[in-house]
Amino acid sequence: MASNLEYRKPQKTGQKRRNRETRQAYLFLTPALIIIIIFFVAAIAFALFMSFNKVNMFSQQFRFTGFKNYLNAFSDKVALKALSNTALFSFVVVPLQTLIALVIAYGLSSHAVKFKKTFRLIYFLPTLTSSAALTLIFMFIFNVAGPLNNFFMSIGFYNKPINFLQNPAYSLKVIMVMNIWSTVPTYMTIYLASLVDLPESFYEAAEMDGATSWDKLRYITVPYLRPITTYVLLTGIIGTFQMFDQAFIFSNGSGGPNNSTLTLALMIYNYAFGSLNTMGYACALAILLTIIIFAVSRLAEKINGGNGLQ
Amino acid sequence: MREKSKILKVILYIVLILYAIITFYPFLWALAASFKPLKEIVSGNPNIIPKHATLASYEYIFGASSLFTRWFVNSVIVSTIGTVINIFLNTMAGYALARLDFPGRQRIYYAFLAFMMVPAQILLIPNFLILSKMGLLDTLTSLILPAAINIGNIFMMRQFFLSFPKDIEEAAEVDGLGRFATFFRIVMPLARPSIATQAVFTFMGFWNNFMAPMLYISTPSKYTLTLGLQTFVSQQSGIRWDHSMAASIISILPIIVLYIIFNGYFLQGIRMDGEK
Repeated sequence: MASNLEYRKPQKTGQKRRNRETRQAYLFLTPALIIIIIFFVAAIAFALFMSFNKVNMFSQQFRFTGFKNYLNAFSDKVALKALSNTALFSFVVVPLQTLIALVIAYGLSSHAVKFKKTFRLIYFLPTLTSSAALTLIFMFIFNVAGPLNNFFMSIGFYNKPINFLQNPAYSLKVIMVMNIWSTVPTYMTIYLASLVDLPESFYEAAEMDGATSWDKLRYITVPYLRPITTYVLLTGIIGTFQMFDQAFIFSNGSGGPNNSTLTLALMIYNYAFGSLNTMGYACALAILLTIIIFAVSRLAEKINGGNGLQ
Repeated sequence: MREKSKILKVILYIVLILYAIITFYPFLWALAASFKPLKEIVSGNPNIIPKHATLASYEYIFGASSLFTRWFVNSVIVSTIGTVINIFLNTMAGYALARLDFPGRQRIYYAFLAFMMVPAQILLIPNFLILSKMGLLDTLTSLILPAAINIGNIFMMRQFFLSFPKDIEEAAEVDGLGRFATFFRIVMPLARPSIATQAVFTFMGFWNNFMAPMLYISTPSKYTLTLGLQTFVSQQSGIRWDHSMAASIISILPIIVLYIIFNGYFLQGIRMDGEK
């Protein structure tokens, strides 16, 4: 009997302790939970609700329209143009930014290289700079009387300045260059971090077998980095499909000239906050965009064969 | 073999230096342009060194007719307050998820994971309406409140506290400190490296954010720097390259200073990103 009592006692205080810990835990979590409930849970529910309604912001009216918003998206010429712009953008930018980041990281990780800190500071500058400042600087570089036109003309590339900013044939390409240029440093740093962990003995063994630098890159470095590459590809795809700031500033929000810089995110913004009063439709488009991003990401993950999220 | 490795080394340096030039070239031109009179910029002078160097652009943007100083101050306010709030809320949430045992912990953890994958586009429209209902549109609060936490940083702190030695807290409890006193006086100071990493990226996120101010703020005196920079593009008379380059350079400076001071934390942060 006595032993039974003794056994009970700690259990009771244990229970008390657990209650106290639960209370403390929720006190620690409450502020974060409030933000998440308002700006994530409620927001997602609200977006889903609006996507099935015709929303009139002026009269604050919601009219249930079923899947009409979603179906309309498939016959919307503007949406198709934005989709093709964004897909092309992603298709060009993601492989190039990954490749350049990998090459620069491989070079920078070599023991033969000195001044690594200086190189890194310079390479890192675009990551530190806001998209607003970056876009302005790039627009300056590419403007008709700007440094790039002058440079190309001085080396005899062409002799009439090209209007990179206003010519629809060039504008999206300028944003592509700008985007690659500004995202490479982040991915390079990610590669660099995991290259530091690559055991030197792998390279030494390969050298004994007479492997060249190219062989080492091809047969050791690239396979070793595969999981990181999956991560870089996924982040790249998500980033390019959500591209907004650069296109917005470049075109002053219009997606012009001639819809040539209209991305999906910019189009959603225009439908939601433009003069068209089509917020419900914009919500449906945002949800479709999420589905597209998810599908393309899974596809890229399958092709690369690694699991980047683990 | 020797010859070959020498050639390879040269090629390596050429690639690295070439890329450094490509990266640096636009910044250098922007810097040069900020000291040139507009006439010289638009005349298509191929020289990067200013012929008639002048501080006129800087005098203009910091002058009385310009709201630039105001935007700068707004950015400092939003970024500083936003970062401090983030540090506390994220660290507290990460600590609870890692260290405290309570019913619902797993469920909350997985819910957070799922929310991390929701793209900004879906949240943007409803959040605009929610903020408008709360009467917060066109206030600096609207830039801070929805971003008062960051789920990615909550995870980072959770990972950190998972490997945080338990005996420190136990010793504090023996000394009679309660849970909250232990957390704020012992645990948080010891978590400084992780908190600094989080702080640096959060500050940069607030400082460089364009979309939120663009959507939520409409009064020019409440603009942040990024939104202010955009006004240089929308001017009817064409872009004033001299002013806009000076403004861009000033907007980058604080982050570069931050990077030079907290260099190590920047690399660590990106590294953790890569391993997420």
